Amino acid sequence: MAKDWLKGIKSAYDTIVIGSGLAGLTAANKLAKLGYKVLILEHHYNLGGLATWFKRKGGHILDISLHGFPTGMIKTCRKYWTQEIADSIVRLKNIRFDNPQFSFWTNFDKNDFTRLMKDRFGIVKETIDDFFQTVRAMNFYDDLSMTTRELFEKFFPGRTDVHRLLMEPITYANGSTLDDPAITYGIVFANFMDKGVYTFKGGTNELIKKMKKELLKNGVDIRTHCMVERVVVNDKTVQGVEVQGRMIPAKTVLSNSNILSTIHKLTGDEHFTPEFLDEVKKVRLNDSSCQVYMGLKRGEKIDNVGDLLFTSQEKEFSSASLLEPETTSRTFSFYYPETRPGLNMYSIVASTNARFKDWAHLTRQEYEKKKKLLIDRTLDALEKYVPDVRKKIDHLEASTPVTFKRYTAHPNGVSFGTKFEGLSISKDLPKQIAGLFHAGSVGIIMSGWLGAANYGVIVSNEVDKFLHAVSQPQPELETVSV
Amino acid sequence: MTRDQVRQAILNIISDIAPDEDLGAIKDEEKLRDQFDLDSMDFLDIVMELRKRFNLEVPEKDYQELVSMASSVEYLFPRLKDDELVS
Ligand SMILES: Cc1cc2nc3c(=O)[nH]c(=O)nc-3n(C[C@H](O)[C@H](O)[C@H](O)COP(=O)(O)OP(=O)(O)OC[C@H]3O[C@@H](n4cnc5c(N)ncnc54)[C@H](O)[C@@H]3O)c2cc1C
Repeated sequence: MAKDWLKGIKSAYDTIVIGSGLAGLTAANKLAKLGYKVLILEHHYNLGGLATWFKRKGGHILDISLHGFPTGMIKTCRKYWTQEIADSIVRLKNIRFDNPQFSFWTNFDKNDFTRLMKDRFGIVKETIDDFFQTVRAMNFYDDLSMTTRELFEKFFPGRTDVHRLLMEPITYANGSTLDDPAITYGIVFANFMDKGVYTFKGGTNELIKKMKKELLKNGVDIRTHCMVERVVVNDKTVQGVEVQGRMIPAKTVLSNSNILSTIHKLTGDEHFTPEFLDEVKKVRLNDSSCQVYMGLKRGEKIDNVGDLLFTSQEKEFSSASLLEPETTSRTFSFYYPETRPGLNMYSIVASTNARFKDWAHLTRQEYEKKKKLLIDRTLDALEKYVPDVRKKIDHLEASTPVTFKRYTAHPNGVSFGTKFEGLSISKDLPKQIAGLFHAGSVGIIMSGWLGAANYGVIVSNEVDKFLHAVSQPQPELETVSV
Repeated sequence: MTRDQVRQAILNIISDIAPDEDLGAIKDEEKLRDQFDLDSMDFLDIVMELRKRFNLEVPEKDYQELVSMASSVEYLFPRLKDDELVS
């Protein structure tokens, strides 16, 4: 008989969390600390969602989404996880750009950006300060009609080099483009290009191990290999979930699955109002990624050529060309032995943004050929920074949007959830179905490690409010004296 | 709770959320954000703690009442005066 992955679970839960991305995990931990009975169901064998890693022969450990995150992650980990987790977060100082318009190193903070824009690009100090102030002050309630392109044109008209400096890293970080609302840029920029880029010492596997330990300590039940098939709804109210032929009752369900899958696949359109479904139709998915993973032979070394390298041969930045399968625009993340103290290994991960449709409809043979081409082009580009890199590597593989889809079950293998409009759909879900919540990459600003984790907390506040209200003894009707 | 106790309860919550801040020098009339490194997530934490500790729901439209210590006490005192001070 097949293994029963659900063995030992309770008969009912306050909250069932579908998916164990950083939003799901952080929400689960917060709710457990508030005293609720929580179950996490994850279809993969590891927790973490896109915050993941894999091991390969030769002692290699390769990280998927550990390129860098903003400083805010330290506080988020301290408050919603543990001091120990927060203490493992360290800054990356060597960020590098190399493209036909400019080539330099930066430590990626406000002072250094100000210096570069002044000295390298000849922008007057007042304009730079004004720009920083404007993006910092942007918030959620601002006018949505201005695009990032318009924002850049306003401050740095015609300066495609400056636009590139400001946009390229953010495009890699969350898939946003020059045509997305400027506030999505502002919020992410203020987080990122202000106090530098950070990483997790020990690697993604260490982070997730520590998180798992904390979840278990707080009493969360965790079951992997469990693909939730359905959210059970009756009379506009959540009843629980169906998984592996079983119905598990719960007062609330928090889905960390993609927002569109949560609505169409897990819940079913019949449970939503036509007006809501009309809004859902407008939600655009974000793009996906390709990656090439390179493990250096044990004993091989490379010089420090930067922690994060944004490289491109395109004459100017364009959001569209970044997505082309033949793009020369990619980021390299270099992992030196400091990443995983004690392991003494090097690895390199190259990432490009990518579209599902460019990879989805190929024959096996075409797919493999295209992947091989991706690897070759990546190595060619890397030679410039790490001479003879081919000789130093003993593990090489690539992933594509198809791979991301397989591991996360996200439609089109999206890396960064949805465009901006997805956020209000995610927030309005509980108004459609009592007890159904969504937390996970949506709306650009709620994606990335920090965005997802914080959104998990924001939504657990809503779950707590809901559970609190249903657990209150219903007051007898009485006359109120004023 | 008395007004002073309500103030103390808020201080307790903030010091749990932001343990590195020196709350001794707090100026009640000034915005909390201008004095301490508090962001919108911290304010959400305050709301969650109020629910947990005092069974008190602060609706989203009232979040702005928590902008300074003085306005927080003003807002919370009538809602907490029948509560006992805990932690
Ligand atoms: C290549 C790449 C590089 C990135 N680099 C960075 C970076 O450097 N810094 C950064 O901050 N961010 C980065 N990101 C983005 C970041 O990883 C994500 O935004 C974040 O991890 C998403 O978290 P999430 O909570 O939305 O859920 P996800 O990580 O998307 O996880 C969702 C989980 O739900 C599970 N699931 C879905 N449906 C079901 C179901 N029916 N039943 C059970 N389980 C289900 C999936 O298996 C998955 O585990 C990167 C992303 C990619 C793809």
